[in-house]
Amino acid sequence: MKIMPCPLNGPRNISEFSCFGEVTEMPEPATADDTTWAEHVWYANNMAGVVREWWCHVPTSYWFIAERNTVTDEILRTYPAGEVFKERVEFAPKDTSA
Amino acid sequence: MSIAGQPPPTAPLTCEAMPIGLLRYGLWGGRTRRRDLPLPGELKPSYDVVIIGGGGHGLATAYHLAKHWGVRNVCVLDRGYLGGGNTARNTAVIRSNYITPESVRFYKEGVELFTRFSNDLGYNIMYSQRGQLTLAHSDASLRTFRLRAEVNKHLGVRSEMVDRQQIREIVPCLNMADDVRYPILGGLWHRDGGTARHDAVAWAYAARAAEMGVELHQRTEVTGIRRDKGKATGVETTRGAIACGHVVQAVAGMSSRLADMAGFRLPIRSFPLQAMVTQPLKPFLDPLVSSAALHAYVSQTGRGELVIGGGSDPYELYSTRSTLELKESLIAHTLEMFPFLAEVKMLRQWAGITDMTPDYSPIMGESPLKNYWLDAGWGTWGFKATPVSGKYMAETVATERAPAMLRPFRLDRFATYDLANEMGATAASH
Ligand SMILES: Cc1cc2nc3c(=O)[nH]c(=O)nc-3n(C[C@H](O)[C@H](O)[C@H](O)COP(=O)(O)OP(=O)(O)OC[C@H]3O[C@@H](n4cnc5c(N)ncnc54)[C@H](O)[C@@H]3O)c2cc1C
Repeated sequence: MKIMPCPLNGPRNISEFSCFGEVTEMPEPATADDTTWAEHVWYANNMAGVVREWWCHVPTSYWFIAERNTVTDEILRTYPAGEVFKERVEFAPKDTSA
Repeated sequence: MSIAGQPPPTAPLTCEAMPIGLLRYGLWGGRTRRRDLPLPGELKPSYDVVIIGGGGHGLATAYHLAKHWGVRNVCVLDRGYLGGGNTARNTAVIRSNYITPESVRFYKEGVELFTRFSNDLGYNIMYSQRGQLTLAHSDASLRTFRLRAEVNKHLGVRSEMVDRQQIREIVPCLNMADDVRYPILGGLWHRDGGTARHDAVAWAYAARAAEMGVELHQRTEVTGIRRDKGKATGVETTRGAIACGHVVQAVAGMSSRLADMAGFRLPIRSFPLQAMVTQPLKPFLDPLVSSAALHAYVSQTGRGELVIGGGSDPYELYSTRSTLELKESLIAHTLEMFPFLAEVKMLRQWAGITDMTPDYSPIMGESPLKNYWLDAGWGTWGFKATPVSGKYMAETVATERAPAMLRPFRLDRFATYDLANEMGATAASH
Protein backbone atom coordinates (compact mmCIF):
# COMPACT_ATOMS: atom_id res chain seq x y z
CA MET A 1 0.00 0.00 0.00
CA LYS A 2 1.23 3.47 -0.78
CA ILE A 3 2.04 5.52 2.31
CA MET A 4 0.93 9.11 2.88
CA PRO A 5 2.91 10.98 5.55
CA CYS A 6 0.16 12.78 7.48
CA PRO A 7 1.34 15.88 9.40
CA LEU A 8 -0.95 14.89 12.30
CA ASN A 9 -1.04 11.07 12.27
CA GLY A 10 2.31 10.16 10.78
CA PRO A 11 2.72 7.62 7.94
CA ARG A 12 -0.60 5.94 7.09
CA ASN A 13 -2.01 3.86 4.23
CA ILE A 14 -3.16 6.17 1.45
CA SER A 15 -6.58 4.47 1.42
CA GLU A 16 -7.32 6.36 4.68
CA PHE A 17 -7.13 9.67 2.81
CA SER A 18 -9.23 11.57 0.32
CA CYS A 19 -7.85 14.06 -2.17
CA PHE A 20 -9.79 17.28 -2.66
CA GLY A 21 -7.91 18.81 -5.56
CA GLU A 22 -5.51 21.62 -6.18
CA VAL A 23 -5.15 24.50 -3.73
CA THR A 24 -6.67 27.44 -5.60
CA GLU A 25 -7.80 30.87 -4.60
CA MET A 26 -11.56 31.30 -4.30
CA PRO A 27 -12.94 34.30 -6.18
CA GLU A 28 -15.00 36.69 -4.05
CA PRO A 29 -18.53 35.17 -4.27
CA ALA A 30 -20.33 38.51 -4.00
CA THR A 31 -18.48 40.19 -6.83
CA ALA A 32 -17.24 37.40 -9.14
CA ASP A 33 -19.10 37.23 -12.46
CA ASP A 34 -20.73 33.98 -13.61
CA THR A 35 -17.87 33.02 -15.92
CA THR A 36 -15.26 33.46 -13.19
CA TRP A 37 -17.35 31.43 -10.77
CA ALA A 38 -18.00 28.67 -13.34
CA GLU A 39 -14.24 28.48 -14.00
CA HIS A 40 -13.60 28.17 -10.27
CA VAL A 41 -16.20 25.44 -9.84
CA TRP A 42 -15.61 23.29 -12.92
CA TYR A 43 -12.21 23.97 -14.51
CA ALA A 44 -8.88 22.50 -13.46
CA ASN A 45 -5.21 23.04 -14.27
CA ASN A 46 -4.77 19.24 -14.34
CA MET A 47 -1.00 19.68 -14.25
CA ALA A 48 1.47 17.01 -15.27
CA GLY A 49 4.15 17.65 -12.66
CA VAL A 50 4.28 18.94 -9.11
CA VAL A 51 0.91 20.06 -7.71
CA ARG A 52 -0.17 21.44 -4.34
CA GLU A 53 -3.38 19.78 -3.14
CA TRP A 54 -5.87 19.55 -0.31
CA TRP A 55 -5.93 16.14 1.35
CA CYS A 56 -7.97 14.90 4.29
CA HIS A 57 -7.21 12.04 6.66
CA VAL A 58 -10.77 10.75 6.79
CA PRO A 59 -10.82 8.88 10.15
CA THR A 60 -9.55 11.95 12.02
CA SER A 61 -11.08 14.51 9.66
CA TYR A 62 -7.71 16.29 9.49
CA TRP A 63 -7.15 18.54 6.47
CA PHE A 64 -3.65 19.36 5.23
CA ILE A 65 -1.69 20.23 2.12
CA ALA A 66 0.40 17.79 0.07
CA GLU A 67 2.86 18.44 -2.73
CA ARG A 68 2.74 15.59 -5.16
CA ASN A 69 4.20 14.75 -8.57
CA THR A 70 1.36 13.64 -10.85
CA VAL A 71 3.73 12.06 -13.36
CA THR A 72 5.88 9.94 -11.03
CA ASP A 73 3.23 9.35 -8.32
CA GLU A 74 5.61 10.62 -5.62
CA ILE A 75 4.49 12.52 -2.53
CA LEU A 76 7.14 15.19 -2.02
CA ARG A 77 6.01 17.06 1.09
CA THR A 78 2.98 17.35 3.38
CA TYR A 79 2.30 20.13 5.88
CA PRO A 80 -0.47 21.73 7.93
CA ALA A 81 -2.66 24.17 5.99
CA GLY A 82 -1.54 26.84 8.48
CA GLU A 83 1.78 27.10 6.63
CA VAL A 84 -0.08 28.61 3.68
CA PHE A 85 -3.15 30.15 5.28
CA LYS A 86 -1.91 32.46 8.01
CA GLU A 87 -5.28 34.14 8.51
CA ARG A 88 -8.76 32.75 8.87
CA VAL A 89 -10.52 32.40 5.48
CA GLU A 90 -14.01 33.84 5.44
CA PHE A 91 -16.31 31.79 3.25
CA ALA A 92 -19.40 33.89 3.87
CA PRO A 93 -19.85 36.59 1.21
CA LYS A 94 -18.51 39.92 2.34
CA ASP A 95 -21.20 42.39 3.45
CA THR A 96 -21.23 44.94 0.65
CA SER A 97 -24.23 46.92 1.94
CA ALA A 98 -22.15 49.08 4.26
CA MET B 1 -7.65 -15.63 -55.12
CA SER B 2 -3.88 -15.68 -55.57
CA ILE B 3 -1.50 -14.52 -52.92
CA ALA B 4 0.45 -11.53 -54.20
CA GLY B 5 3.89 -12.51 -55.46
CA GLN B 6 3.31 -16.27 -55.42
CA PRO B 7 4.70 -18.00 -58.54
CA PRO B 8 1.97 -19.72 -60.53
CA PRO B 9 1.89 -23.42 -59.65
CA THR B 10 3.22 -25.56 -62.51
CA ALA B 11 0.89 -28.46 -61.72
CA PRO B 12 -2.61 -28.36 -60.27
CA LEU B 13 -2.40 -28.68 -56.50
CA THR B 14 -3.57 -32.23 -56.01
CA CYS B 15 -3.16 -34.20 -52.83
CA GLU B 16 0.17 -35.55 -54.04
CA ALA B 17 1.49 -32.27 -55.36
CA MET B 18 0.45 -30.42 -52.24
CA PRO B 19 3.50 -31.02 -50.03
CA ILE B 20 5.83 -30.11 -52.90
CA GLY B 21 3.80 -27.02 -53.77
CA LEU B 22 3.80 -26.02 -50.16
CA LEU B 23 7.54 -26.57 -49.89
CA ARG B 24 8.16 -24.48 -52.99
CA TYR B 25 5.94 -21.75 -51.63
CA GLY B 26 7.65 -21.87 -48.28
CA LEU B 27 11.16 -21.70 -49.69
CA TRP B 28 10.48 -19.11 -52.36
CA GLY B 29 11.62 -15.79 -51.02
CA GLY B 30 9.74 -13.38 -53.24
CA ARG B 31 6.50 -13.16 -51.29
CA THR B 32 5.24 -9.68 -50.58
CA ARG B 33 3.45 -9.16 -47.31
CA ARG B 34 0.02 -7.62 -47.43
CA ARG B 35 0.16 -4.24 -45.71
CA ASP B 36 -2.87 -2.72 -44.03
CA LEU B 37 -1.15 0.65 -43.89
CA PRO B 38 1.26 2.22 -46.36
CA LEU B 39 4.77 2.90 -45.07
CA PRO B 40 4.88 6.38 -43.53
CA GLY B 41 6.68 9.02 -45.56
CA GLU B 42 7.90 12.48 -44.65
CA LEU B 43 5.51 14.99 -43.11
CA LYS B 44 4.19 17.47 -45.66
CA PRO B 45 4.63 21.18 -44.84
CA SER B 46 0.86 21.62 -44.67
CA TYR B 47 -2.46 19.79 -44.50
CA ASP B 48 -6.08 20.86 -44.57
CA VAL B 49 -6.67 19.10 -41.26
CA VAL B 50 -4.24 17.85 -38.62
CA ILE B 51 -5.70 15.40 -36.11
CA ILE B 52 -3.75 14.98 -32.89
CA GLY B 53 -4.17 11.47 -31.47
CA GLY B 54 -4.18 8.20 -33.41
CA GLY B 55 -6.69 6.45 -31.20
CA GLY B 56 -10.12 5.34 -32.37
CA HIS B 57 -11.59 8.84 -32.08
CA GLY B 58 -8.93 10.63 -34.13
CA LEU B 59 -8.90 7.92 -36.80
CA ALA B 60 -12.70 7.73 -37.02
CA THR B 61 -12.78 11.49 -37.55
CA ALA B 62 -10.17 11.19 -40.32
CA TYR B 63 -12.09 8.34 -41.95
CA HIS B 64 -15.38 10.24 -41.99
CA LEU B 65 -13.71 13.43 -43.23
CA ALA B 66 -12.29 11.53 -46.21
CA LYS B 67 -15.28 9.30 -46.84
CA HIS B 68 -18.23 11.63 -46.40
CA TRP B 69 -16.85 15.13 -46.79
CA GLY B 70 -14.17 14.59 -49.45
CA VAL B 71 -11.51 16.09 -47.15
CA ARG B 72 -8.50 13.87 -47.83
CA ASN B 73 -5.52 16.12 -47.25
CA VAL B 74 -5.55 15.02 -43.62
CA CYS B 75 -2.88 13.70 -41.29
CA VAL B 76 -3.25 11.94 -37.98
CA LEU B 77 -0.32 12.32 -35.55
CA ASP B 78 0.34 10.04 -32.61
CA ARG B 79 3.22 10.30 -30.19
CA GLY B 80 3.09 6.53 -29.62
CA TYR B 81 1.63 3.93 -31.92
CA LEU B 82 -1.67 3.32 -33.67
CA GLY B 83 -4.40 2.65 -31.09
CA GLY B 84 -1.86 2.36 -28.26
CA GLY B 85 -3.86 4.65 -25.96
CA ASN B 86 -7.16 3.99 -24.28
CA THR B 87 -8.56 2.54 -27.49
CA ALA B 88 -6.59 -0.64 -26.81
CA ARG B 89 -6.89 -0.45 -23.02
CA ASN B 90 -10.63 -0.33 -22.54
CA THR B 91 -12.96 -3.12 -21.54
CA ALA B 92 -14.99 -2.68 -24.74
CA VAL B 93 -18.42 -2.18 -23.22
CA ILE B 94 -20.78 -0.80 -25.89
CA ARG B 95 -24.18 0.38 -24.65
CA SER B 96 -26.69 3.21 -24.87
CA ASN B 97 -28.67 2.97 -21.59
CA TYR B 98 -27.83 6.47 -20.40
CA ILE B 99 -30.22 8.76 -18.53
CA THR B 100 -30.45 12.15 -20.27
CA PRO B 101 -32.32 12.13 -23.60
CA GLU B 102 -29.39 13.99 -25.25
CA SER B 103 -26.95 11.24 -24.32
CA VAL B 104 -29.32 8.37 -25.08
CA ARG B 105 -29.91 9.69 -28.61
CA PHE B 106 -26.19 10.10 -29.19
CA TYR B 107 -25.04 6.74 -27.80
CA LYS B 108 -27.95 4.96 -29.51
CA GLU B 109 -26.57 6.04 -32.86
CA GLY B 110 -23.16 4.88 -31.59
CA VAL B 111 -24.52 1.38 -31.00
CA GLU B 112 -26.21 1.37 -34.43
CA LEU B 113 -22.93 2.29 -36.13
CA PHE B 114 -21.21 -0.55 -34.25
CA THR B 115 -23.80 -3.11 -35.43
CA ARG B 116 -22.99 -2.16 -39.06
CA PHE B 117 -19.28 -1.49 -38.54
CA SER B 118 -17.76 -4.75 -39.85
CA ASN B 119 -19.84 -4.57 -43.04
CA ASP B 120 -19.47 -0.82 -43.57
CA LEU B 121 -15.69 -0.95 -43.29
CA GLY B 122 -15.07 -4.48 -44.53
CA TYR B 123 -13.09 -5.28 -41.41
CA ASN B 124 -14.10 -7.77 -38.75
CA ILE B 125 -14.28 -6.08 -35.36
CA MET B 126 -15.96 -9.11 -33.73
CA TYR B 127 -18.94 -7.08 -32.58
CA SER B 128 -21.07 -9.16 -30.27
CA GLN B 129 -24.39 -7.87 -28.93
CA ARG B 130 -25.06 -9.98 -25.87
CA GLY B 131 -26.98 -7.65 -23.61
CA GLN B 132 -25.82 -5.92 -20.44
CA LEU B 133 -27.25 -6.51 -16.98
CA THR B 134 -26.69 -3.76 -14.40
CA LEU B 135 -27.43 -4.74 -10.80
CA ALA B 136 -29.26 -2.67 -8.19
CA HIS B 137 -28.47 -3.23 -4.53
CA SER B 138 -30.50 -0.32 -3.12
CA ASP B 139 -33.91 1.33 -3.53
CA ALA B 140 -32.18 4.45 -4.84
CA SER B 141 -30.61 2.44 -7.68
CA LEU B 142 -33.94 0.81 -8.49
CA ARG B 143 -35.53 4.26 -8.80
CA THR B 144 -32.89 5.58 -11.23
CA PHE B 145 -33.01 2.31 -13.20
CA ARG B 146 -36.77 2.81 -13.62
CA LEU B 147 -36.17 6.31 -14.95
CA ARG B 148 -33.41 5.10 -17.28
CA ALA B 149 -35.60 2.26 -18.58
CA GLU B 150 -38.43 4.67 -19.40
CA VAL B 151 -36.20 7.31 -21.03
CA ASN B 152 -34.49 4.54 -23.02
CA LYS B 153 -37.73 2.92 -24.21
CA HIS B 154 -39.14 6.28 -25.19
CA LEU B 155 -36.13 6.85 -27.46
CA GLY B 156 -36.13 3.33 -28.91
CA VAL B 157 -33.36 1.81 -26.80
CA ARG B 158 -34.03 -1.68 -25.46
CA SER B 159 -33.88 -1.40 -21.65
CA GLU B 160 -36.21 -2.87 -19.06
CA MET B 161 -36.39 -3.43 -15.32
CA VAL B 162 -35.92 -7.04 -14.26
CA ASP B 163 -36.67 -8.68 -10.90
CA ARG B 164 -34.62 -11.29 -9.03
CA GLN B 165 -36.28 -14.22 -10.81
CA GLN B 166 -35.57 -12.72 -14.24
CA ILE B 167 -31.97 -12.04 -13.19
CA ARG B 168 -31.60 -15.74 -12.29
CA GLU B 169 -32.77 -16.62 -15.77
CA ILE B 170 -30.48 -14.14 -17.54
CA VAL B 171 -27.34 -15.06 -15.54
CA PRO B 172 -27.95 -18.41 -13.80
CA CYS B 173 -24.49 -18.46 -12.17
CA LEU B 174 -24.85 -15.10 -10.41
CA ASN B 175 -24.75 -15.18 -6.61
CA MET B 176 -28.27 -14.21 -5.51
CA ALA B 177 -27.67 -14.91 -1.79
CA ASP B 178 -29.06 -12.57 0.86
CA ASP B 179 -26.16 -12.99 3.28
CA VAL B 180 -23.72 -10.85 1.30
CA ARG B 181 -22.69 -7.24 1.85
CA TYR B 182 -24.91 -5.96 -0.99
CA PRO B 183 -27.77 -8.34 -1.85
CA ILE B 184 -29.16 -7.95 -5.37
CA LEU B 185 -32.62 -6.34 -5.43
CA GLY B 186 -33.24 -6.00 -9.16
CA GLY B 187 -31.60 -4.97 -12.38
CA LEU B 188 -31.59 -2.99 -15.59
CA TRP B 189 -31.52 -5.31 -18.60
CA HIS B 190 -30.17 -3.65 -21.72
CA ARG B 191 -30.49 -5.91 -24.75
CA ASP B 192 -28.52 -3.53 -26.98
CA GLY B 193 -25.38 -3.86 -24.84
CA GLY B 194 -22.35 -5.65 -26.30
CA THR B 195 -18.60 -5.67 -26.94
CA ALA B 196 -16.19 -5.52 -29.88
CA ARG B 197 -12.49 -6.14 -30.49
CA HIS B 198 -11.30 -2.68 -29.49
CA ASP B 199 -7.98 -2.43 -31.31
CA ALA B 200 -9.56 -3.72 -34.52
CA VAL B 201 -11.72 -0.59 -34.48
CA ALA B 202 -8.61 1.61 -34.66
CA TRP B 203 -6.96 -0.63 -37.29
CA ALA B 204 -10.09 -0.62 -39.45
CA TYR B 205 -10.40 3.16 -39.46
CA ALA B 206 -6.67 3.59 -40.06
CA ALA B 207 -6.63 1.15 -42.99
CA ARG B 208 -9.72 2.55 -44.69
CA ALA B 209 -8.70 6.17 -44.11
CA ALA B 210 -5.24 5.46 -45.53
CA GLU B 211 -6.81 3.99 -48.69
CA MET B 212 -8.44 7.38 -49.24
CA GLY B 213 -5.18 9.29 -48.80
CA VAL B 214 -5.18 10.11 -45.09
CA GLU B 215 -1.66 9.95 -43.61
CA LEU B 216 -0.99 8.38 -40.23
CA HIS B 217 2.28 9.38 -38.58
CA GLN B 218 3.14 7.38 -35.50
CA ARG B 219 5.88 8.35 -33.04
CA THR B 220 5.23 11.99 -33.91
CA GLU B 221 4.46 14.03 -30.82
CA VAL B 222 2.74 17.40 -30.97
CA THR B 223 4.72 19.82 -28.80
CA GLY B 224 3.03 23.13 -29.57
CA ILE B 225 0.04 24.75 -31.28
CA ARG B 226 0.71 27.63 -33.66
CA ARG B 227 -1.78 30.46 -33.31
CA ASP B 228 -2.40 33.75 -35.00
CA LYS B 229 -5.06 36.27 -33.99
CA GLY B 230 -7.14 33.77 -32.01
CA LYS B 231 -6.92 31.16 -34.72
CA ALA B 232 -5.02 27.86 -34.94
CA THR B 233 -2.65 27.88 -37.90
CA GLY B 234 -0.52 24.79 -37.37
CA VAL B 235 1.22 22.45 -34.98
CA GLU B 236 4.79 21.91 -33.86
CA THR B 237 5.96 18.34 -33.63
CA THR B 238 9.07 16.37 -32.74
CA ARG B 239 9.55 16.05 -36.52
CA GLY B 240 9.09 19.71 -37.37
CA ALA B 241 6.27 22.21 -37.81
CA ILE B 242 3.18 21.74 -39.98
CA ALA B 243 0.77 24.41 -41.18
CA CYS B 244 -2.90 23.52 -41.41
CA GLY B 245 -6.41 24.87 -41.79
CA HIS B 246 -7.92 22.99 -38.89
CA VAL B 247 -6.70 21.09 -35.84
CA VAL B 248 -8.65 18.39 -34.00
CA GLN B 249 -7.42 17.19 -30.62
CA ALA B 250 -8.45 13.65 -29.63
CA VAL B 251 -5.85 12.72 -27.02
CA ALA B 252 -7.91 11.28 -24.12
CA GLY B 253 -5.93 11.56 -20.85
CA MET B 254 -3.66 14.24 -22.33
CA SER B 255 -6.56 16.58 -23.19
CA SER B 256 -5.61 19.25 -20.64
CA ARG B 257 -1.98 19.20 -21.76
CA LEU B 258 -2.90 19.82 -25.40
CA ALA B 259 -5.39 22.53 -24.42
CA ASP B 260 -2.59 24.15 -22.43
CA MET B 261 -0.46 24.27 -25.59
CA ALA B 262 -3.42 25.86 -27.37
CA GLY B 263 -3.71 28.47 -24.62
CA PHE B 264 -6.84 27.52 -22.67
CA ARG B 265 -8.00 25.38 -19.75
CA LEU B 266 -10.58 22.60 -19.64
CA PRO B 267 -12.97 21.26 -17.00
CA ILE B 268 -11.06 17.97 -17.07
CA ARG B 269 -9.07 15.98 -14.52
CA SER B 270 -6.94 12.97 -15.49
CA PHE B 271 -7.27 9.76 -13.49
CA PRO B 272 -5.88 6.26 -14.13
CA LEU B 273 -8.46 3.57 -14.79
CA GLN B 274 -7.34 -0.01 -14.22
CA ALA B 275 -8.64 -3.29 -15.59
CA MET B 276 -7.61 -6.94 -15.77
CA VAL B 277 -8.32 -10.27 -17.44
CA THR B 278 -8.25 -13.78 -16.02
CA GLN B 279 -7.02 -16.99 -17.55
CA PRO B 280 -9.47 -18.45 -20.11
CA LEU B 281 -12.41 -20.52 -18.85
CA LYS B 282 -15.12 -22.48 -20.62
CA PRO B 283 -17.94 -20.19 -21.74
CA PHE B 284 -20.37 -19.61 -18.85
CA LEU B 285 -21.23 -15.91 -19.01
CA ASP B 286 -23.12 -14.61 -21.99
CA PRO B 287 -24.24 -11.06 -21.07
CA LEU B 288 -22.13 -8.31 -19.56
CA VAL B 289 -22.73 -7.92 -15.82
CA SER B 290 -22.10 -4.69 -13.96
CA SER B 291 -22.63 -3.35 -10.46
CA ALA B 292 -22.06 0.25 -9.44
CA ALA B 293 -22.37 -0.48 -5.72
CA LEU B 294 -19.68 -3.16 -6.01
CA HIS B 295 -17.49 -1.01 -8.31
CA ALA B 296 -17.02 -3.93 -10.68
CA TYR B 297 -18.18 -5.24 -14.03
CA VAL B 298 -17.43 -8.49 -15.79
CA SER B 299 -17.70 -9.93 -19.28
CA GLN B 300 -16.35 -13.06 -20.92
CA THR B 301 -14.45 -12.76 -24.18
CA GLY B 302 -14.66 -15.07 -27.18
CA ARG B 303 -11.58 -16.89 -25.97
CA GLY B 304 -13.00 -17.36 -22.52
CA GLU B 305 -11.05 -14.81 -20.49
CA LEU B 306 -13.00 -12.72 -18.01
CA VAL B 307 -12.53 -9.00 -18.51
CA ILE B 308 -12.94 -7.21 -15.19
CA GLY B 309 -13.11 -3.48 -14.72
CA GLY B 310 -14.25 -1.07 -12.04
CA GLY B 311 -13.99 2.47 -10.74
CA SER B 312 -11.23 5.01 -11.31
CA ASP B 313 -8.18 5.47 -9.11
CA PRO B 314 -8.75 7.70 -6.08
CA TYR B 315 -6.48 10.58 -7.09
CA GLU B 316 -5.33 12.38 -10.25
CA LEU B 317 -2.29 10.96 -12.00
CA TYR B 318 -0.60 10.82 -15.41
CA SER B 319 1.12 7.49 -14.74
CA THR B 320 -0.26 4.17 -15.94
CA ARG B 321 1.22 2.27 -13.00
CA SER B 322 -1.10 -0.34 -11.52
CA THR B 323 -1.92 -0.82 -7.85
CA LEU B 324 -2.53 -3.91 -5.77
CA GLU B 325 -5.31 -2.19 -3.79
CA LEU B 326 -7.43 -1.70 -6.85
CA LYS B 327 -6.91 -5.25 -8.04
CA GLU B 328 -7.81 -6.57 -4.57
CA SER B 329 -11.02 -4.57 -4.50
CA LEU B 330 -11.95 -5.61 -8.06
CA ILE B 331 -11.36 -9.24 -7.18
CA ALA B 332 -13.24 -9.08 -3.87
CA HIS B 333 -16.27 -7.51 -5.51
CA THR B 334 -16.22 -9.87 -8.47
CA LEU B 335 -16.15 -12.78 -6.04
CA GLU B 336 -19.25 -11.45 -4.33
CA MET B 337 -21.04 -11.79 -7.69
CA PHE B 338 -19.32 -15.01 -8.82
CA PRO B 339 -17.85 -16.80 -5.75
CA PHE B 340 -16.83 -19.86 -7.80
CA LEU B 341 -14.09 -17.81 -9.50
CA ALA B 342 -11.99 -17.78 -6.31
CA GLU B 343 -9.31 -20.14 -7.66
CA VAL B 344 -9.04 -18.50 -11.07
CA LYS B 345 -5.77 -16.77 -11.92
CA MET B 346 -5.32 -13.24 -13.13
CA LEU B 347 -3.55 -13.18 -16.50
CA ARG B 348 -2.94 -9.52 -17.34
CA GLN B 349 -3.65 -6.14 -15.79
CA TRP B 350 -3.07 -2.58 -16.93
CA ALA B 351 -4.23 1.03 -16.70
CA GLY B 352 -5.07 3.93 -19.01
CA ILE B 353 -5.25 7.65 -18.27
CA THR B 354 -8.82 8.90 -18.54
CA ASP B 355 -9.95 12.51 -19.00
CA MET B 356 -12.82 12.96 -16.55
CA THR B 357 -15.39 15.75 -16.82
CA PRO B 358 -17.58 16.93 -13.91
CA ASP B 359 -20.78 15.59 -15.53
CA TYR B 360 -19.40 12.36 -17.02
CA SER B 361 -20.25 13.60 -20.52
CA PRO B 362 -17.73 14.37 -23.27
CA ILE B 363 -16.67 17.77 -24.63
CA MET B 364 -17.01 18.06 -28.40
CA GLY B 365 -16.96 20.92 -30.85
CA GLU B 366 -15.73 24.51 -30.58
CA SER B 367 -12.85 25.57 -28.34
CA PRO B 368 -11.81 29.09 -27.34
CA LEU B 369 -9.36 28.96 -30.28
CA LYS B 370 -10.86 29.27 -33.75
CA ASN B 371 -10.37 26.28 -36.09
CA TYR B 372 -9.21 24.22 -33.12
CA TRP B 373 -11.78 21.49 -32.41
CA LEU B 374 -12.19 19.43 -29.28
CA ASP B 375 -12.95 15.74 -28.97
CA ALA B 376 -12.17 15.33 -25.29
CA GLY B 377 -13.50 14.39 -21.89
CA TRP B 378 -14.25 10.83 -22.93
CA GLY B 379 -13.13 9.58 -19.55
CA THR B 380 -13.96 5.98 -18.83
CA TRP B 381 -16.76 5.60 -21.39
CA GLY B 382 -15.63 6.78 -24.83
CA PHE B 383 -14.90 3.55 -26.72
CA LYS B 384 -18.57 2.94 -27.47
CA ALA B 385 -18.77 6.40 -29.03
CA THR B 386 -15.79 5.99 -31.37
CA PRO B 387 -17.85 5.68 -34.60
CA VAL B 388 -20.50 8.23 -33.69
CA SER B 389 -18.09 10.86 -32.43
CA GLY B 390 -15.95 10.37 -35.56
CA LYS B 391 -18.99 10.89 -37.73
CA TYR B 392 -20.07 14.12 -36.04
CA MET B 393 -16.57 15.49 -35.42
CA ALA B 394 -15.93 15.17 -39.17
CA GLU B 395 -19.14 17.09 -39.85
CA THR B 396 -18.06 19.71 -37.31
CA VAL B 397 -14.71 20.29 -39.01
CA ALA B 398 -16.07 20.12 -42.57
CA THR B 399 -18.91 22.57 -41.89
CA GLU B 400 -16.96 24.58 -39.27
CA ARG B 401 -19.86 24.24 -36.86
CA ALA B 402 -20.90 21.56 -34.35
CA PRO B 403 -24.16 19.94 -35.50
CA ALA B 404 -27.26 19.80 -33.26
CA MET B 405 -26.38 16.28 -32.07
CA LEU B 406 -23.24 17.65 -30.40
CA ARG B 407 -24.65 20.86 -28.92
CA PRO B 408 -25.42 19.27 -25.51
CA PHE B 409 -21.72 18.39 -25.24
CA ARG B 410 -20.25 21.81 -26.06
CA LEU B 411 -17.54 23.22 -23.80
CA ASP B 412 -19.74 26.27 -23.14
CA ARG B 413 -22.22 24.24 -21.13
CA PHE B 414 -20.10 24.66 -18.01
CA ALA B 415 -20.24 28.45 -18.15
CA THR B 416 -24.06 28.28 -18.20
CA TYR B 417 -24.34 25.39 -15.71
CA ASP B 418 -26.21 23.46 -18.40
CA LEU B 419 -24.62 20.10 -17.61
CA ALA B 420 -25.46 16.69 -19.12
CA ASN B 421 -25.17 14.65 -15.94
CA GLU B 422 -24.43 10.99 -16.61
CA MET B 423 -22.53 10.20 -13.43
CA GLY B 424 -25.04 7.65 -12.16
CA ALA B 425 -25.40 5.99 -15.55
CA THR B 426 -21.63 5.76 -16.03
CA ALA B 427 -20.00 4.81 -12.73
CA ALA B 428 -18.60 1.28 -13.03
CA SER B 429 -20.58 0.56 -16.19
CA HIS B 430 -18.33 2.31 -18.73
C1 LIG C 1 -9.23 0.50 -18.34
C2 LIG C 1 -10.20 1.24 -19.22
C3 LIG C 1 -11.45 0.70 -19.45
C4 LIG C 1 -12.37 1.37 -20.27
N1 LIG C 1 -13.56 0.75 -20.55
C5 LIG C 1 -14.41 1.30 -21.44
C6 LIG C 1 -15.58 0.59 -21.84
O1 LIG C 1 -15.82 -0.53 -21.40
N2 LIG C 1 -16.42 1.19 -22.73
C7 LIG C 1 -16.18 2.43 -23.24
O2 LIG C 1 -16.99 2.92 -24.03
N3 LIG C 1 -15.05 3.13 -22.89
C8 LIG C 1 -14.16 2.59 -22.02
N4 LIG C 1 -13.01 3.27 -21.66
C9 LIG C 1 -12.77 4.61 -22.22
C10 LIG C 1 -12.23 4.55 -23.65
O3 LIG C 1 -11.16 3.65 -23.72
C11 LIG C 1 -11.75 5.92 -24.12
O4 LIG C 1 -12.70 6.92 -23.82
C12 LIG C 1 -11.54 5.94 -25.63
O5 LIG C 1 -10.84 4.80 -26.06
C13 LIG C 1 -10.81 7.18 -26.04
O6 LIG C 1 -10.40 7.06 -27.39
P1 LIG C 1 -9.45 8.16 -28.01
O7 LIG C 1 -9.22 7.75 -29.40
O8 LIG C 1 -10.04 9.49 -27.76
O9 LIG C 1 -8.14 8.10 -27.11
P2 LIG C 1 -6.84 7.14 -27.16
O10 LIG C 1 -7.14 5.82 -27.75
O11 LIG C 1 -6.23 7.18 -25.81
O12 LIG C 1 -5.93 7.89 -28.20
C14 LIG C 1 -5.31 9.12 -27.89
C15 LIG C 1 -3.95 9.11 -28.54
O13 LIG C 1 -3.39 10.42 -28.43
C16 LIG C 1 -2.00 10.27 -28.40
N5 LIG C 1 -1.39 11.50 -27.89
C17 LIG C 1 -1.44 12.02 -26.63
N6 LIG C 1 -0.73 13.16 -26.56
C18 LIG C 1 -0.22 13.38 -27.80
C19 LIG C 1 0.62 14.40 -28.37
N7 LIG C 1 1.07 15.43 -27.64
N8 LIG C 1 0.94 14.30 -29.69
C20 LIG C 1 0.51 13.26 -30.46
N9 LIG C 1 -0.27 12.28 -29.95
C21 LIG C 1 -0.63 12.33 -28.65
C22 LIG C 1 -1.76 9.04 -27.54
O14 LIG C 1 -0.52 8.43 -27.84
C23 LIG C 1 -2.96 8.15 -27.91
O15 LIG C 1 -2.63 7.13 -28.82
C24 LIG C 1 -12.06 2.64 -20.83
C25 LIG C 1 -10.81 3.21 -20.57
C26 LIG C 1 -9.86 2.52 -19.79
C27 LIG C 1 -8.52 3.13 -19.56
